[in-house]
Amino acid sequence: MTQQQQYGKSLYQEYNCQSCHQLFGLGGFLGPELTTVISDANRGPQYARILLENGATRMPNFHFTQKEVNAIIAYLTYVDANACTYKKNVTK
Amino acid sequence: MNIRKSVPGTWLIIVAISSLGLGLLFGALGGLQYVFSGFLKEQLSFQKIRPLHVYLVINWIFCAAAGAIYYYIPYLSGRALYSVLLANLHVLLQVIILLLVVSGFFMGIFGGREYLEFPPLIIILVITAWILFIINFFATIRPSFKKVPVYIWSWSTGLIFFLITITEAQLWLLPYFNNNIVRDITVQWKAMGSMVGSWNLLIYGSAMFVMEKITGDVTINRSNKAFFFYFLGLTNLMFNWGHHTYIVPSSELVKTISYGISMTELLILANIIYSFRKTYFKTNPHVHFLSFRILTYAEVWILINLVLSITISVPAINLYTHGTHITVAHAMGTTIGINTFLILASLVLIAEEITTEGQLYTPFFNRSFIFLNVSLLIFWLSLVGMGLCKIFAVQQKNSFYEIMDKLQPYFKVFSASGILVVIALLLVLFPVFKIFIKQASFKRKSV
Repeated sequence: MTQQQQYGKSLYQEYNCQSCHQLFGLGGFLGPELTTVISDANRGPQYARILLENGATRMPNFHFTQKEVNAIIAYLTYVDANACTYKKNVTK
Repeated sequence: MNIRKSVPGTWLIIVAISSLGLGLLFGALGGLQYVFSGFLKEQLSFQKIRPLHVYLVINWIFCAAAGAIYYYIPYLSGRALYSVLLANLHVLLQVIILLLVVSGFFMGIFGGREYLEFPPLIIILVITAWILFIINFFATIRPSFKKVPVYIWSWSTGLIFFLITITEAQLWLLPYFNNNIVRDITVQWKAMGSMVGSWNLLIYGSAMFVMEKITGDVTINRSNKAFFFYFLGLTNLMFNWGHHTYIVPSSELVKTISYGISMTELLILANIIYSFRKTYFKTNPHVHFLSFRILTYAEVWILINLVLSITISVPAINLYTHGTHITVAHAMGTTIGINTFLILASLVLIAEEITTEGQLYTPFFNRSFIFLNVSLLIFWLSLVGMGLCKIFAVQQKNSFYEIMDKLQPYFKVFSASGILVVIALLLVLFPVFKIFIKQASFKRKSV
């Protein structure tokens, strides 16, 4: 994990993102599952960026800086790259 | 001989019931956030409500289980509690932790780990409080493990394994785990899965003691069969967590072993309660009838959750049910229908023993308890329905927002029945809570 990805992970925890989102089944259900959000053809990094920058109907706007948004996307990209079993079984 | 009053036990039970009351309130608010998009989004978002609900409900389980054990151990050992001072310190720490965690969540201070969403520094206080409890437990009961009944084993191992698993849950603080998502997620599932097992050992231990106390039959908890099932339960605690990691690229061997083992856990308790009921009807059907009644309902919930648990542990099915509310149905069914009911049976027994008011069973209590079970069943079915609906929507490649729209009718039933569960649980808990509050205000010699 790079330093930027580690920073993204610390932000993911600091903002308690897993309260609404899941990674590998861990987390809540109010928001979308994020394990493969980056490689998902219907979502991707741009989808994640827009939500992180603006919030959504249920998601508050956390007023992340660009550096923070980039770090969280870098972390989710790292998670996605390690989701081989998930992609093989769940998103096939 | 009756169980005698325990001041630290009383206070822990008061903290426990208060935690449950608050936890239920936040749970109901969280349910409304599914129905009304954006409800309290800025003031008290789901990011805060969910950890408040989860922490307070877990606090209910641990404080109530510990409070009951403080009552039981002087009675079982025939000697006074080893140190009232250590027990009082335990209670004080528990209250401090509660205040720190809840105020921290309101201020948006998180550790961001599933179930243990508070900052890791607080874990030091949690571990300290637990060590104080362990010292008092072993120094009071001084168990001779060759002779003691199975519930002493159950409590002893539950106490130790909680210490191990809560420490294990902090391994993410080490870069070796934190910088590798597969290790981190696997250890997190392992620690939390086993931690649930540790509190189950505490609760099941108390349930077994309650059965013995009601029936007067001391042979059940000393039988080879009871010990066989206890060790099977312990094996579950150590190995069945792997069924959570089917989608994590970790060892296939671990997943296969855990699948086999995870099939057995609830069966263990069902078997023990089944034996108990047979004995109960033969012996003393009018003592602690309410506790018996509650255990009977718990038995039904064990069977319901057993079926669900076995189903979702099958790898081919788990791939579909994973990430759906079917998992939540399992968690809620076991937390309320099994854990909360078993704890309640234990608290009712204590309440009836320490007061002169006689048995707590009243027609109103009975109706409230039926109301609770019906509401819980609707709540549970709505979660299963939500999960099935999501599975079909995912197969149709619906987007998250389309899925949420389709789930709206289920959200409404889930939220409404959730509120009914809260009301019913409060009605059931109130007479018990009143007794412990009354006990706390009495200044009398205690153990």
